[in-house]
Amino acid sequence: MSVILVFLLVIVGFAGWWLSHQRLMAKPWLEQGVIGDIIGQEGSALPTAKIGLGVFLAVVGCLFALFTSAYFMRMALSDWQALPLPRVLWFNTGVLVLSSIALQCASVAARRGQIDTVRLGLVTAGLTALAFLIGQLVAWRELTADGYLLTANPANSFFYLITGMHGLHILGGLVGLSRTTAGAWNGARPERLRLSVELCAMYWNFLLFVWLAIFALLAGWAATFIEICRQLLT
Amino acid sequence: MVDITPADAVPPAEVAEMELYHPHSWWTKYVFSQDAKVIAIQYSATATAIGLVALVLSWLMRLQLGFPGTFDFISPEAYYQFITMHGMIMVIYLLTALFLGGFGNYLIPLMVGARDMVFPYVNMLSYWIYLLAVLVLASSFFAPGGPTGAGWTLYPPQAIMTGTPGGQDWGIILMLVSLILFIIGFTMGGLNYVVTVLQARTRGMTLMRLPLTVWGIFTATVMALLAFPALFVACVMMLFDRALGTSFFMPAIVEMGEQLQHGGGSPILFQHLFWFFGHPEVYIVALPAFGIVSDLISTHARKNIFGYRMMVWAIVGIGALSFVVWAHHMYVSGMHPYFGFFFATTTLIIAVPTAIKVYNWVLTLWRGDIHLTVPMLFALAFIVTFVNGGLTGLFLGNVVVDVPLSDTMFVVAHFHMVMGVAPILVIFGAIYHWYPKVTGRMLNEAMGQFHFWVTFLGAYLIFFPMHYIGLMGVPRRYHELTATTVMTESAHDLNAFISIMAFLVGFAQIVFLFNLIWSIRHGREAGGNPWRATTLEWQTPETPPAHGNFGKELPIVYRWAYDYSVPGAKEDFIPQNMPGAFGSSREPA
Repeated sequence: MSVILVFLLVIVGFAGWWLSHQRLMAKPWLEQGVIGDIIGQEGSALPTAKIGLGVFLAVVGCLFALFTSAYFMRMALSDWQALPLPRVLWFNTGVLVLSSIALQCASVAARRGQIDTVRLGLVTAGLTALAFLIGQLVAWRELTADGYLLTANPANSFFYLITGMHGLHILGGLVGLSRTTAGAWNGARPERLRLSVELCAMYWNFLLFVWLAIFALLAGWAATFIEICRQLLT
Repeated sequence: MVDITPADAVPPAEVAEMELYHPHSWWTKYVFSQDAKVIAIQYSATATAIGLVALVLSWLMRLQLGFPGTFDFISPEAYYQFITMHGMIMVIYLLTALFLGGFGNYLIPLMVGARDMVFPYVNMLSYWIYLLAVLVLASSFFAPGGPTGAGWTLYPPQAIMTGTPGGQDWGIILMLVSLILFIIGFTMGGLNYVVTVLQARTRGMTLMRLPLTVWGIFTATVMALLAFPALFVACVMMLFDRALGTSFFMPAIVEMGEQLQHGGGSPILFQHLFWFFGHPEVYIVALPAFGIVSDLISTHARKNIFGYRMMVWAIVGIGALSFVVWAHHMYVSGMHPYFGFFFATTTLIIAVPTAIKVYNWVLTLWRGDIHLTVPMLFALAFIVTFVNGGLTGLFLGNVVVDVPLSDTMFVVAHFHMVMGVAPILVIFGAIYHWYPKVTGRMLNEAMGQFHFWVTFLGAYLIFFPMHYIGLMGVPRRYHELTATTVMTESAHDLNAFISIMAFLVGFAQIVFLFNLIWSIRHGREAGGNPWRATTLEWQTPETPPAHGNFGKELPIVYRWAYDYSVPGAKEDFIPQNMPGAFGSSREPA
């Protein structure tokens, strides 16, 4: 359970940093009048939707950290046999990086008000994300064709489970992305479009980060890394 | 005496107005509503309905335990199904949903001075997914093989094997799917509660001016958002094991003389995941109760809460600590002694902030102007009950005490006191307290007093004897115990007594339900602020609050939530949105 504890430690650190800016030492019974705006406590200047997405991403991060924890605990048992990673995963990773870059460009373009670039970025991101999903399916088919079936070994089970979970999150993101894209064509208000493009970019970057972590995990590098950390600590 | 100075010159509220969704038809106003107040009532009604099912299940269990061998229809399988469904419904579908979905939805926007939750559409979805989860769960009663009988902890491997009711039928699958749905629905609601507190507070409502109810619900929601994923992961992996034949949790095992295809999995892994959710869950239920009870005590004792800052820090501290105590539920699973030592220590440390809260409640009462209204009675009963349940928790937190007691009725008595009776008492108190705001009428006082005394004394008559039979060694989880050394004649008599009391207390709840319905029409008119309370929900222009909560302009907050009995003030309470210098409660003029 060490992975999830480290993850929570990060969250606790962030929460502690935020709380430390909230005047927890105040003596509210001595203070009257409107003090809120003086010290800037009226909520954050960030748009509410971004904070909402941020909280949601923390929950998603928690979910994948827990899968990782379970992965390491199950891995320590004797019947574990790592499976060879299909080559196509490298291609998929590249495609997902492209997708993220495209959304990042769209987000910059939205800030500058270049609607054509925004449209181009959104469509590119959508198509590359779809390509990523198809690539993942190809990887699954390759593995099953080579006899690495879901139930044959816990390493296989985890591979399908975790990549599947990640794919579902991408799929959910595509729903949001398609709504944003529709808005870009149907003349949504510029500030509204800009916010939704930025939200998509944020979600995409996060899922890319999660994918890189998962990839390292499934390839076995994460285990090596943790082994090195453990040896350094002991 | 202080002169009441005119209001500080402040511009009108500058908090950005929300774009409220305005319903156009009966359906979108009362059924598919995006108004947090309607969603709150929907959550509460659904939770109560499924909670009544769980109450009936507990009666059936008590029938069997009190009068073994009398009722043929309670087979061992049925008994385990009753236990499982009773536990799961009460902990998750009743308590969690009622505190966060019910009270959270109703109180957060009103108490922080917001028009509604920040994502009303997602909030509506949250309720409908919750309802779906409840329906899936309830449908397992009618599925072939009946609901799962794996115990509320659903430990593998037994949970998905033939010997367990529902293990190889629909029961366990429906249970897991229902939990997964619940978690998805809850996450949608939880995002709303957290972000509303962060972003939609009205002008002047600093974090340290929030009523403790909001602090409790807010912290509990943050914890739930981080803890429920663990249950989600456990459920998904068990669903894979059961439906697809993987071996995440399933070891190599022989069932009815046949080797199953599973092999090598770790049941302990499931226990870690389950309790990583399960222990924070205790505080997800307890923290809102702590917050609500603080407000009830302060309001009905007409005194500011003692040690407000301490209370806030304790809530946050308990929330953080509760994530590092989970393995104290697993002492009997076998673990490294140092591991057990670590978790016993953290478990005992968590008693410190909890004790601070209890002291502060008692010190708030000290020399207060205590009004023994029904909500106050329930709040006082909570303190007593929580101390009782907490003390046995200190026993069980130690490995050497836990190991012999873990499988006895002592544990059942402990967690019912601390996690069953105590939060339910707060829920009752909170309903008596806020019902006038929700309906505009008071609940009937005489029925309330009757309900309180029967419930409070009855709960003690049920669970106190249970501690004793637990200490005698009567094990839990058994369908029938006849002539064994631990099950003496007197233990049998006590068991029968407990069962009769359980029926009495259960039936007394009918008075409460009747009161809820009767008072909508026939209760005394409450007015806007019957308890003369300070917090914003009592200052709304209409009662019950209209769509948008606060009329034309959002209130501006000038003070904390606990200005009761301020020396020099005209009345014994000063609402949070009242400007002017009345002098503070700590500095009499």
